[in-house]
Amino acid sequence: MKARVHVMLKDGVLDPQGEAVKHALGTLGFSGVAGVRQGKVIDLDLTATDAAAAEAEVRVMCEKLLANTVIEKFTVEIL
Amino acid sequence: MKAAVITFPGSNCDRDLAVAFEAAGAEVVRVWHKDTDLPAGVDVVGVPGGFSFGDYLRCGAIAARSPIAGAMIRHAERGGYVLGICNGFQVLTETGLLPGALMRNAGLKFICRPVELSVATADSAFTAGWAVGDVVRFPIAHHDGNYTADPDTLARLRAEDRVAFTYLENPNGSMADIAGVLSDNRRVLGLMPHPERAVDPAQGGTDGMGMFRSLLGAMALV
Repeated sequence: MKARVHVMLKDGVLDPQGEAVKHALGTLGFSGVAGVRQGKVIDLDLTATDAAAAEAEVRVMCEKLLANTVIEKFTVEIL
Repeated sequence: MKAAVITFPGSNCDRDLAVAFEAAGAEVVRVWHKDTDLPAGVDVVGVPGGFSFGDYLRCGAIAARSPIAGAMIRHAERGGYVLGICNGFQVLTETGLLPGALMRNAGLKFICRPVELSVATADSAFTAGWAVGDVVRFPIAHHDGNYTADPDTLARLRAEDRVAFTYLENPNGSMADIAGVLSDNRRVLGLMPHPERAVDPAQGGTDGMGMFRSLLGAMALV
């Protein structure tokens, strides 16, 4: 079973990298970009067979390591 | 005073930190990230600068979950002293021993130069040798030193006098110009600038020695 974790900065936390990407897109002539937020995608290959249990375990992994919940939020997808 | 200096894979200020502790008169033991316990009788744990575990995932994130970090957390919970510098500060926020987080510098550049800091509190073993408002000059060398915390945390840090140092000229976008913060028991300090790189005239200044001497002075009174 595979799981995909998306980690993003929380709303309201300034993302300097996203701002730089937005600026670079503007330089390339893409004038319609009002905002850019950059995050991470983490794919996990799990031995679990029960989707609900796997999701619960991945959420604990996010809380303990994969995300820093002081500044980041996460979503878990079981694929 | 007995200081334990941790080495993670990718630490590069561990020796400098050990030399600074020794120059102030401390006995230093070096500990490895896989160690599960600190040697007996350690008063202060030094968490050095560098790029522990290659800054993978987030700066300090992997180091904060290493076996020695567990021993360091137990030491702090017993009321032991911990000093985290640069990557060490990032490790301490990742463990939760210190509030907030260190994000990418606002200017996105790695900054490596001496900066002037204002001592924001003298109420800690680390800063007792100075007066509030004293200006010290330590080098900074970081890419992710942009201190960030939610408004409630910032208000609490201020109300409890737990901001240890502020930048005179903010180099990295840190909220409220914060360069270093203390734990609620005032025995854990994390800061981005490097006092251990300012302990010998050959390094261009000796302001950092004030912190190590102050810490030793506080230990002598225990």
